[in-house]
Amino acid sequence: MDHQRGEGVNIHEFQAKELLRAEGVPIPPGDVATTAEQAEAIARKIGGMVVVKAQVHTGGRGKAGGVKLAKDASEARQIAGKILGMQINGLTVHQVLVTAAADIASEAYVGIILDRASRKPVFMVSPAGGIDIEEVAAKTPEKIMKLPIDTRYGLQPYQASELGFFLFPDDVKKVRAASKIMMSLYQAFMKHDASLAEINPLVVTPAGEVLALDAKISIDDNALDRHPELVKLRDETAEEPSEVDARNSSLTFIKLDGNVGCVVNGAGLAMATMDLVKYYGGEPANFLDIGGSSNPEKVVNALRIITGDPSVKVILFNIFGGITRTDDVANGIVTATKANPLRIPIVIRLTGTNEEIAMKILKENGFSASSDMDEAVQQAVALATKGGKAA
Amino acid sequence: MSIFIDSNSTVIVQGITGRDGSFHSKQMIEYGTRIVGGVTPGKGGQTFEGSVPVFNTVHEAVKATGANTSVIYVPPMYAADAIMEAADAGIAFIVAITEGVPVNDMTRVYPFVKEKGARLLGPNCPGLITPGQSKVGIIPGRICTPGSIGVVSRSGTLTYEVVYQLTRAGMGQSTCVGIGGDPINGTSFIDCLAAFEADPHTTAVAMMGEIGGTDEQEAAEFVRTRMTKPVVGFIAGQTAPPGRRMGHAGAIISGSAGTAAEKLESFEKAGMGIARRPIEFVEQLRARM
Repeated sequence: MDHQRGEGVNIHEFQAKELLRAEGVPIPPGDVATTAEQAEAIARKIGGMVVVKAQVHTGGRGKAGGVKLAKDASEARQIAGKILGMQINGLTVHQVLVTAAADIASEAYVGIILDRASRKPVFMVSPAGGIDIEEVAAKTPEKIMKLPIDTRYGLQPYQASELGFFLFPDDVKKVRAASKIMMSLYQAFMKHDASLAEINPLVVTPAGEVLALDAKISIDDNALDRHPELVKLRDETAEEPSEVDARNSSLTFIKLDGNVGCVVNGAGLAMATMDLVKYYGGEPANFLDIGGSSNPEKVVNALRIITGDPSVKVILFNIFGGITRTDDVANGIVTATKANPLRIPIVIRLTGTNEEIAMKILKENGFSASSDMDEAVQQAVALATKGGKAA
Repeated sequence: MSIFIDSNSTVIVQGITGRDGSFHSKQMIEYGTRIVGGVTPGKGGQTFEGSVPVFNTVHEAVKATGANTSVIYVPPMYAADAIMEAADAGIAFIVAITEGVPVNDMTRVYPFVKEKGARLLGPNCPGLITPGQSKVGIIPGRICTPGSIGVVSRSGTLTYEVVYQLTRAGMGQSTCVGIGGDPINGTSFIDCLAAFEADPHTTAVAMMGEIGGTDEQEAAEFVRTRMTKPVVGFIAGQTAPPGRRMGHAGAIISGSAGTAAEKLESFEKAGMGIARRPIEFVEQLRARM
């Protein structure tokens, strides 16, 4: 079984909890703070012990010291002061969730993940909660129950009950509470077009209450057009600035650590180009797909984003013109470099639709271009490693 | 001869009057595809390019033209409905080009299409082409040439790259199929491999996979146990970082699953040829034919 984890728009724990609370999932009270003073006020309002939790899009928050218990409001203020501004896996903490602490008798895992093989969302539940579910799946698969859901009918009460009995085989009261939570989790998953929704841990308190202590939801990017309210939840401060810039320019861009800047049309060819850079001994600086219909504007934006990375030593264009017209790309290169002359070499490979026109445009403007992918990549790698002259 | 489409395929275009739909309809007609009708709700009664009748619904189009194939260019939020409409109208082969269809929509659409007995290719795919006979989708016709290599891929432009190199090397293609880059798609690698195995005119298969999911690993197992024809495989995304979506919604390494290394290993175990670079398909296929 293959699971889609982590792709799409990640929203913060406090946001995921708000979405789940709205569907009726019992969650201890809490609120989000951006300053230590706010954290203190929230803790005072809640009263008693609270947990202060860093809101960043990365795992291992607890291990990094981003989740701490506070016995009262003044300690919550102190702790929040320390966590705010902290770096966790390279991300700065800008917000903390202050939430009522719960006593824990036992912990379970409940999640819904898209399963590509069955082409359905699948429920995964395990009485071994609070830990990495992938580890449980790998080491003790018998501790996980998986249930694919036909979304035309949705989660049926008997299915929710089966899942509940797997978690609490001998306590029908807890089964009822857990089943209700699963129905609510499924509602939230479908309503918000999630690609992942999980409660980990789902805890039972010594008093027998079943509560969601942590929650994670990822939203399917493709569904954002019908969820304007969720677009607002995207935390751009948690992202690479160049990636945000690229998205706003309708480009798909992922920053990597190498020095060969790649501009390619099509995701598959873009990956294959990066791989070929590596094959010839170089390191790609990025994944960049300018997409199918390449107006010159996209090329201008692509060049701006790539040359903004100081580690890039050479720019490599690899364009296979199908729908994309290579003369559009050539015009984009000329326009962009006239406005902002390049300080690093550029290697251009173009073939396909309107190739002759493109080659002519480039030649007239002092660029040379190749029609062979391997040749161009080898040349780019040589320039990146030796720091050669512009083509 | 070919798989899924040939010169007898009669095709309707859903979204024929839209920007992409009209552009590619012209290209398909130019290539020789039998475009017998188009569907745009509210534009029924008009004609496209002076000769192709436009209908309000797929039911009407099928009734009037007897079409057996549909190609869909409608915007992502309407794609699921368009696919279901085609399946409900009795279309046997549905090709969804649209990129960006919400995944949860596809979880409803897939079982519906199955129950109607139709085959869906895509979404988020370039379609397919049987060189010299018919093309349904957006694959540029002039890079292809008739022949005996079956081509199947999750990508668009990477497919063009490989097909172009095969054509230059004098290796023609029986059918080139793009299954699409989404996590849930209608036709898998295995479906295509089985069809190529059954096609008397296909002698070998070139398969281009990418990171994410287990479709390639299952395909490798199918090659090992069920195929007599040689298959050469390629995986894009060997340098992709884990946890990031590489353009295609389905191209993501989840945890440690779906890596290029894992997929290439399964190819090796299945006795498949491996193309380390796109150009290597030529020599790898040649060595096995």
